Amino acid sequence: MTRPLIIDNARIVDPASGTDQVGAVLIEDGRISDLAIGGPAGVPEGAEVLNADGLVLAPGLIDMRVFVGEPGKEYRETLASAGEAAVAGGVTSFVMMPDTTPAVDDGALVDFLIRRAQAQSPARILPAAAITKGLQGKEITEFGLLKDAGAVCLTDGAQSIQSTSLLRSAMGYAANFDMPFVHHLSDAGLTGEGVMNEGLFATVLGLKGIPREAETIPLARDLQLAALTGVRYHAAQISTAGSADLLETAKSRNNKVTAGISINHLCLNENDIGRYRTYFKLTPPLRTEDDRQAMIEALNSGVIDTIHSDHDPQDTEVKRQPFAEASNGAIGLETLLAAALRLLHSGDVALTTILRAMTCRPAEILGLETGRIARGTPADLILIDLDYPWQVSEKSFRSRSRNTSFEDARMQGKVMRTIVGGKSVFMHEDAA
Amino acid sequence: MPQHSPARFSGDFPPFSQRHLISIADLKQHEIVDLLDRAERMIEISRQERKSLPTLSGKTQINLFFEPSTRTQSSFEIAGKRLGALVVNMSVKTSSVSKGETLVDTAATLNAMRPDVLVVRHSAAGAVELLSQKVGCSVVNAGDGAHEHPTQALLDALTIRNHKGTLAGLTVAICGDIANSRVARSNLLLLGALNVRTRVIAPRTLLPAGIENLATEVFTDMEEGLKGVDVVMMLRLQHERASGKMIPSVREYYRFYGLDEAKLSHAKPDAIVMHPGPMNRGVEIDPAIADGPRSVINDQVEMGVAVRMAVLDALLPARNEA
Repeated sequence: MTRPLIIDNARIVDPASGTDQVGAVLIEDGRISDLAIGGPAGVPEGAEVLNADGLVLAPGLIDMRVFVGEPGKEYRETLASAGEAAVAGGVTSFVMMPDTTPAVDDGALVDFLIRRAQAQSPARILPAAAITKGLQGKEITEFGLLKDAGAVCLTDGAQSIQSTSLLRSAMGYAANFDMPFVHHLSDAGLTGEGVMNEGLFATVLGLKGIPREAETIPLARDLQLAALTGVRYHAAQISTAGSADLLETAKSRNNKVTAGISINHLCLNENDIGRYRTYFKLTPPLRTEDDRQAMIEALNSGVIDTIHSDHDPQDTEVKRQPFAEASNGAIGLETLLAAALRLLHSGDVALTTILRAMTCRPAEILGLETGRIARGTPADLILIDLDYPWQVSEKSFRSRSRNTSFEDARMQGKVMRTIVGGKSVFMHEDAA
Repeated sequence: MPQHSPARFSGDFPPFSQRHLISIADLKQHEIVDLLDRAERMIEISRQERKSLPTLSGKTQINLFFEPSTRTQSSFEIAGKRLGALVVNMSVKTSSVSKGETLVDTAATLNAMRPDVLVVRHSAAGAVELLSQKVGCSVVNAGDGAHEHPTQALLDALTIRNHKGTLAGLTVAICGDIANSRVARSNLLLLGALNVRTRVIAPRTLLPAGIENLATEVFTDMEEGLKGVDVVMMLRLQHERASGKMIPSVREYYRFYGLDEAKLSHAKPDAIVMHPGPMNRGVEIDPAIADGPRSVINDQVEMGVAVRMAVLDALLPARNEA
């Protein structure tokens, strides 16, 4: 039995209940046992009291899109290193993409990951299961058995399924088991050999472009199939204004449709590529500033439900290459919250909107009991200093990989303490 | 007047401020003009019986070609040798890269051999820039993917200047596969920097996105695009790649975008015809024009050596004198 913990004098921001008030939270046996909003807390006998004056207390972040190298590419990231990186960034739970070697397309592997993560990772790791065997886009996996084993959703990770008929049957079968269906959008033909956003900048760099239609055309298809099959459909990540328009229309008719975005597409644009900086080579590609502004608007209007890190560890071997030959992806667990707070400090997005997209919305989509501050829920909590100044340095990363798109970036705001299941798993060195 | 020293030809020009030549976009207008003026002197040298200058004596030049190109490599080799450099050719296609060595590894290996200049051709845009960040010597871009081919643009400008007396007030049409052409990009940048009017002429499928936002006029009708131009610059069509996707067939391409007498008649009567080579006769150009009186294609080859001598001469002393 651990001692009860009271976090007192915190600014409690809980998007699920709409709370934004000073108050206290009592944690007992890994769960939130009591809340005192607006007033002082009664202190039970023997409780440890943490004065969180000046800090925001929010639900721990839930990151819906994280790639881990284990099993198969442990030199890039392990469950342990990903978990350490997560809690340092305020992420208490994350969905692990099935893009491993072998791919997570079998119940036994889901079971293995859950057990191993519990033993090794300070963050909760929620395995996603592959939609198709080996992520090959050809045959569907055993959705029912995968769900029984503990997979929280279905996705082919970084792969985009091209066959319309296969998608139809996969969505139908997923609806049968009420599994969230998360799909990355990329038309293989239109993407072709493209490596960045199509437009003037790609032309100047002499790089092949990826048109916006490589995202909007498969999205339009998916939204129609989602309506046809009744599946709980989540567009994994969008990057263009056209996608936001399609989603807005679809969501007005179908409440089982949701959409996510990576923090990169809210904070960066194609100009960040500069002269072939491969840490900015992402999928979908970074678009123009106009697209970024449209994405912020879509987040504010609720068309975009969730923000994730798209944490994708890659070693220098595959990144220190000519742009067209380099791998996609950037790490992001440790910079997710700070980067998102840029939107707060710039006046673009309210704090509750930012936190909602990383707490209760993903929890609702995935059917989790976390993501909120309420009596009886697991005590997955973070304390944030919204103004803490710091500079991103690859040397301080807990991730095994270094491919950050925020190297040397100046940030304002940091997680001071991360609590998972009532246990402090991360404390910043400057935490009071 | 700068002090003249017979042994130090480059002493006639102010020190060149760039360490590498990666992209025309990095050059200021006066640097472009400076390189053209230096090249002018190199033409004289190359036309002498004794075609040599000792300015690169004792220096090592490695031609590192990840993509085969006999003519560009020979041109750089002759340029280096006329300046007295030790020139080593490396064709990488058959060597270490195919064994899984990365570009950065190759750069480190070559760097350890202490060359003074690397001349690099690579099929990926940005590869030469990446390599330049990993070595301690000067790097000259001999073509990187669809990005740039700066010495080609310099030699084209020199050829035009020599035939027309000046670049001012001219209109240059660039015709063909603009989308995949590094030659087109470097030329548009260089001619733009010298305030030369440019046009691009191609079917829509061979025009890159956003080209209309570069300072150039865009035409899809070749006859209209050639009206009144002083220079017609043809590009090589990679027809094996384009056929069936970007264009239906070579014969249709030739009919609408191949340079023949009928289309050329829309250009100025004294317009010159250029091609970076190697040509596809009967695909993008009528053989009679390629070999005819208005063709300056062989002059381009001669200017190529002069420009490359000028570039090597400009880049190398700049570092030692710093």
